[in-house]
Amino acid sequence: MELIFFYLIAIVAVASGFLVIRCQSPVNSALGLVNTFFCLAIFYVMLHAPFMAAIQIMVYAGAIMVLIIFVIMLLNLGTEARKRYTTGVVWSAIASLLVLFNVMYFIKRGRVTGAEGDITSYTVESVGHVELIGKALFTEYLLPFEIASILLLVAIVGAVVLAKKEV
Amino acid sequence: MITVYHYMTVAAILFAMGTYGVLTRRNAIVIFMCIELMLNSVNLTFIALSSHLQNMDGQVFVLFVMAVAAAEAGVGLALMIAFYRNRDSIDVDDINLMKL
Repeated sequence: MELIFFYLIAIVAVASGFLVIRCQSPVNSALGLVNTFFCLAIFYVMLHAPFMAAIQIMVYAGAIMVLIIFVIMLLNLGTEARKRYTTGVVWSAIASLLVLFNVMYFIKRGRVTGAEGDITSYTVESVGHVELIGKALFTEYLLPFEIASILLLVAIVGAVVLAKKEV
Repeated sequence: MITVYHYMTVAAILFAMGTYGVLTRRNAIVIFMCIELMLNSVNLTFIALSSHLQNMDGQVFVLFVMAVAAAEAGVGLALMIAFYRNRDSIDVDDINLMKL
């Protein structure tokens, strides 16, 4: 039952990704991307990471997609002009198939190993996912956390400076 | 039974599709959305492996990937607005100011 559900969501995710790369109108691509984000959020819930699913929906499907759609509507973009159609599609298809083949080869041939921790699905349910994330974030990963906050500050200032009138 | 390989296969397919989109599309915003698709497939791999190996490190990395993606969204879309103001287009073929 769970496997059927997984395949259903996977098919929807891949079909939405196909919409993102094939739709002529950028707004349709954006809607396909939102659909993909929701499918990935469902995957995160299935992987016992509910906080990540919530963050995925709030940050990606909420904030970033609103920003993208806002810019699409601000620039009033129509459908893409098809007149300058070059032969790059064939080479791009070959390159992306090569990427897919490489990754699938490693997935099929490799075995997942590594340092196994003690955070099972039972721990996530009893302690709480947010608490586990917070504990890891503020003890072991405190310096990257601070660097990420400085990065976001720099990005805010940079975005304001770049989008000003007299640049 | 769903294994970690199922999730990694879906992530690989999404990543390859994002690569194709980045290489073929002309519209800079659509290229940007394809980059977001690739980042999300990497996030799926991180969380699948984190759940499989039963530790939190992968999920903390996903938070950092999301922070970088948000910063990239802000700066990238501001760049597109600035470019559109100069050229009246966000077609990547028109971005050739630094070409000799």
